[in-house]
Amino acid sequence: MLTVVAIVFFGRLALNLFVWQAEYPLAAPFAKLFTSEPFERRDLVTYAVTCIFGAAWIVTGLVLEEAVYGVLGTVVLLFVGLGLLRRAILQRFPDLPYAQIFIACGIAFALFFPIVSYALESVFHLGLPLRYWFDLSILILTYVMLGWGLNIVVGLAGLLDLGYVAFYAVGAYTFALLATHFGFGFWMCLPIAGAAAALWGVILGFPVLRLRGDYLAIVTLAFGEIVRIVLLNWTEVTGGPNGIAGIPKPTFFGLPFSPFAEGMTFSKFFGVPYDGLYALIFLYYVILVLALLTNLVTLRLRRLPVGRAWEAMREDEIACRSLGINTTLTKLSAFATGAMFGGLAGCFFATRQGFVSPESFTFIESAIILAIVVLGGMGSQLGVAIAAVVMVGGFEALRHTAGLQAIFGDEFDPALYRMLLFGIAMVGIMVWRPRGLVSSRAPTIALGDADTISGDLVRQGRG
Amino acid sequence: MSEGGAKPWDTDPILRVEHLTMRFGGLTAVDDVSFSVGREDITALIGPNGAGKTTVFNCITGFYKPTEGMLTLDADGGDPFYLERLSDYEINADARVARTFQNIRLFPGMTVLENLLVAQHNVLSRASGFSFGAILGLGQFGRAEQDAVDLARSWLDRIGLLPRADEAAGGLPYGDQRRLEIARAMCTRPKLLCLDEPAAGLNARESEALNALLQTIRETDGTAIFLIEHDMSVVMRISDHVIVLDYGKKIADGTPSDVRNDPHVIAAYLGVSDEDAQALEARP
Ligand SMILES: Nc1ncnc2c1ncn2[C@@H]1O[C@H](COP(=O)(O)OP(=O)(O)O)[C@@H](O)[C@H]1O
Ligand SMILES: [Mg+2]
Repeated sequence: MLTVVAIVFFGRLALNLFVWQAEYPLAAPFAKLFTSEPFERRDLVTYAVTCIFGAAWIVTGLVLEEAVYGVLGTVVLLFVGLGLLRRAILQRFPDLPYAQIFIACGIAFALFFPIVSYALESVFHLGLPLRYWFDLSILILTYVMLGWGLNIVVGLAGLLDLGYVAFYAVGAYTFALLATHFGFGFWMCLPIAGAAAALWGVILGFPVLRLRGDYLAIVTLAFGEIVRIVLLNWTEVTGGPNGIAGIPKPTFFGLPFSPFAEGMTFSKFFGVPYDGLYALIFLYYVILVLALLTNLVTLRLRRLPVGRAWEAMREDEIACRSLGINTTLTKLSAFATGAMFGGLAGCFFATRQGFVSPESFTFIESAIILAIVVLGGMGSQLGVAIAAVVMVGGFEALRHTAGLQAIFGDEFDPALYRMLLFGIAMVGIMVWRPRGLVSSRAPTIALGDADTISGDLVRQGRG
Repeated sequence: MSEGGAKPWDTDPILRVEHLTMRFGGLTAVDDVSFSVGREDITALIGPNGAGKTTVFNCITGFYKPTEGMLTLDADGGDPFYLERLSDYEINADARVARTFQNIRLFPGMTVLENLLVAQHNVLSRASGFSFGAILGLGQFGRAEQDAVDLARSWLDRIGLLPRADEAAGGLPYGDQRRLEIARAMCTRPKLLCLDEPAAGLNARESEALNALLQTIRETDGTAIFLIEHDMSVVMRISDHVIVLDYGKKIADGTPSDVRNDPHVIAAYLGVSDEDAQALEARP
């Protein structure tokens, strides 16, 4: 503990003495790793000194057999190294479509990650924690989908909705009730859950249409709570706080995964031994397809009149009305579309858990989804996806914290600080990037080659 | 007030405003104003600051509900529209009245072209099967969108913004934004175009170009123009009919030359007291 403080302290001091002159802020060379400003000579000195310190930490870690120093040193080296690599690539190939390449890599990774890791595991028996990985990635993808769904309402239409979780709940309970009372399957209930949530979107949308800004936010928050409290108290139908259990898993084109199912099962049909991971991998692909569907529909809608009207409404509602656009219907369509995707995600949530209860649909869920949209950059599909991965993955990473405990002592339980760190991250983003990670807006149509539009010009809506 | 025989704008007006009154609490911003807007005219509404001009526009375009009065829009052929009964978006969509704003209201984060496509929302929305059809790839949406882009392109050509079609509207210089707002209003294919101080903030050259644009809109597009203007020289040059408001009341109504010599107008503009105005009037 003491040594870490000492090393950090002396590292800072050395940097200050040799590198940091008065008009040269320490952060500047590190900020340049993320931009394309030209380097100065002293930047290179800073990088060199930083790398030497990183290497020194690693050596210290190896000598003292303390993992913390090793991890810290590696992080520092990777940070500077990858940053410089990025600059080098940018300098070499300035015109590559980096965003597209990044997106393509992301989608390819999402598509192949479960198959490849499962294949590796079954061939080499590496002891990878696959069940945990798949569970976590399913969770992340659920939030990506919810973020994209809410992005329609908040990011495109500019309507601040603090009660989005209500639609998630409607979708989940629709499926839970239909499945337990009428024996409907997942695939049949999926569209019904989406439609039910969309209907709720319209029903909730009507009374709040005249409200703007803070008032809209407060009333949508209240609606979210009303839905949860109704679920909690309407015991005869919803089971109250006990929720509804025994929700069926999805089938693979009619073939159940469970080894206890009667008749044909997935394992028997394909002649492979039963493995619980199959069902998990299947769930992974279901949510991946649902999330990508949300994304594709949103991207398509943006290029259709209704999507342009949503964005125009976010930019200036009065101008919209002066152009003959019925903003009431336009707002309702945004609420309904966003709600529909929330409902689909809710239906998936119910089948994944096999159990729903009001506890899963508290205000904090709405807040997390909204934070994903705001941190990602309102309206940006890519930003929302990155924010979902970082936030949900980050929350999860806080549970694996041998390193942090080595620094702060053994009693330190980072899970307790989740909300604090969440808040700090929010404040940090608001200071550093007030418009979210990706703030620029891509035009929906162009005569020639259109650039993206700077975030300074794009409005965020007041309703 | 100028008397005399029936004026051309009274015989076949596109818009007839009768006894329009608008009160905000105790303040009567528009007080029993009646006038007509001719079908083929450029009509100007002038008056000192705070006279109630913008309020008249907001009543016509449905952004305010008039306290009293009747606003009849008589598009050729069909039944007349009673504007005081329609809501703001219906006045554009059904009665075909378009407007611009005194403080420009573009969609700043959307491109110039997108601004003009949003203006054609109703046509495009119908062609896209209210988006349900087009999302499944059905219908004629591609064709309709191409037509919409062509209309937008022709307007951009007319206002000289074609080279900047893919730029954000909020990044354009002020004069370009003013012209773009007019083009956007015209893309709704209106019968009556209401412009709230279109020349405000323009330099002499831009103001000249604006005059030319308004003339061609009147002649080639067959759209009646009703504008609020401060600059008397612009008004005198391009308008056929001038209405003067002061403190919410109509004080003059006639051709530019009638109005220019009207003692009430001179008094209102030069800040002369009423007695002096009466003295002026009494002179032969
Ligand atoms: N929404 C409103 N609420 C209260 N008063 C208003 C409102 N709109 C306009 N007014 C008042 O009506 C009067 C006329 O305003 P306006 O029509 O904007 O004048 P002009 O456009 O001729 O300069 C002003 O005194 C203004 O303060
Ligand atoms: Mg005004």
